[in-house]
Amino acid sequence: MDPVIRIKNISYTYPDADRPALDGVSLDIMPGAFTAVLGSNGSGKSTLAKHLNAILVPQSGKVFVDGMDTIDEGNLLAIRRRVGMVFQNPDNQIVANVVEDDVAFAPENLGVEPKEIRRRVDAALKQVGMYDFRLHAPHLLSGGQKQRVAIAGVLAMDPEVLVLDEPTAMLDPRGRREVLDAVEALCRERGITVVLITHHMDEAVGADRVLVLDRGRIALDGTPQQIFSQTAALQALRLTVPDTVALTVRLNAAGMALPTDALTPAECAAAIWEALR
Amino acid sequence: MSLIELRDLTHVYSQGTPFEKTAIDSLSLAIEAGQTVGLIGHTGSGKSTLISHLNALLKPTSGTVLLDGDDIFASKASIRAARFRVGVVFQYPEYQLFEETVFADIAYGPKNLKLDGPEIDRRVREAAAFVGLDAGVFDRSPLELSGGQKRRAAIAGVLAMEPDVLVLDEPTAGLDPAGREDLLGRLFRWRQVRDATILLVTHDMSIANRCDRLVVMSEGRIVLDGTPEAVFSHGEQLLSIGLDLPAAAHIAGLLREQGLDLPAGIYTLDRLAEAILALRGKEASPC
Repeated sequence: MDPVIRIKNISYTYPDADRPALDGVSLDIMPGAFTAVLGSNGSGKSTLAKHLNAILVPQSGKVFVDGMDTIDEGNLLAIRRRVGMVFQNPDNQIVANVVEDDVAFAPENLGVEPKEIRRRVDAALKQVGMYDFRLHAPHLLSGGQKQRVAIAGVLAMDPEVLVLDEPTAMLDPRGRREVLDAVEALCRERGITVVLITHHMDEAVGADRVLVLDRGRIALDGTPQQIFSQTAALQALRLTVPDTVALTVRLNAAGMALPTDALTPAECAAAIWEALR
Repeated sequence: MSLIELRDLTHVYSQGTPFEKTAIDSLSLAIEAGQTVGLIGHTGSGKSTLISHLNALLKPTSGTVLLDGDDIFASKASIRAARFRVGVVFQYPEYQLFEETVFADIAYGPKNLKLDGPEIDRRVREAAAFVGLDAGVFDRSPLELSGGQKRRAAIAGVLAMEPDVLVLDEPTAGLDPAGREDLLGRLFRWRQVRDATILLVTHDMSIANRCDRLVVMSEGRIVLDGTPEAVFSHGEQLLSIGLDLPAAAHIAGLLREQGLDLPAGIYTLDRLAEAILALRGKEASPC
């Protein structure tokens, strides 16, 4: 299977910056995979995300989306249709006064047939659990609801890849859960490729693959189990492990022999129960 | 006498219009000097409306706001005094930096207090040191700072007012885990050194569990109020109003469901690990 996004040794330095934001990153993203990207502030996560749909193009190296070079302006529209982006602040991403108009905005601009727009808008709103709100005013929705409308707006373009740059940073716990559940379902049920950038370690637990960036380079790359068992390495990179792992590490240091791959609270509780029985 | 007291506070937005919304509903709350109080609640529960009353940015529809027992809305002078004594850091304060240099931005508040030059200089330096902002950036434009530095500069601007009460709305949102930890540690240290009071609005239960007291809001009212231990023992109620539990409380709950005999009120990883190890000791010993 060919990767949907292929990144070959890219570097990017912002004007006036004293060091590159990305410094020789290579990465293949396979279709249907759920990739979480972690890293401290300033590690290059957002810069990497912006390279995935040609908001930024590399100063050296190459990014290919479905084989299309992002540096070639002729590919721009096709790339933007395939790779949709959702950002941190839902208020900056909503343009219309009615939820369904907002979701229809992108396909309308792409010149999609009205009948097909209707179908896509309804399908997208159903996928994120916001169909019942289709006639509501977006500014009266909660943060989690707004962010799901923003995701529906991207889905209406029928993308292959969904890139989310800290989509839950401004949300309350319920809003976070709603957005993450919607994103996970899109990946697992619809086969959409997901790249999720986050500061919350527990949001990366369900991913297929976790990347950790540090000063513009990929410092760690593996399954959540492989990454989160490296407590010291993560701390050195200004990150933490999920609380479940912190607990396991503490108990094992006191002589228990718990498996270190129990990442969700349910898995962790089951492992502890098993050990105490 | 409490430092801050809200008596039967109600705030209604757009009163008399079809969009009328009661954001705060007959709420009473007293905060004692020296406490670190966590204010938690889902989006729209009324937290931001509540804190906007504490330094007189919003006027109650009914009820009173007392600072040291005096109504802050009594006169223009008392409103002004409340603005200086209660420092509020709103969400994403870095968007509010506006001066030409970092120094001028932090000095803005003290200048409004009509302090003299040396005193302003002392306060700016002290506030910057508290938040961990290097004096080397004082002459730079705030726009040239990194996101984390901007956040620190904005908070320093409020600390430089030397308020008695510091109110912060999600001060660590968007920071990486190490940045979160560092900033929180500095704020708690500031509270200790200044013998001040902190009111911390947060969604992050790992922050909430470090407060002395938690006040939980829902639908414009206070639904729980107590120590983290007491509040987090109401797990189901918290979940039902859209909040989370700290991971330790969540795992402890799952273990209790399995039949493990864990003591009530566990909400930190330290306590949970201790309790699990105690059980293990019991079962390992011959009886």
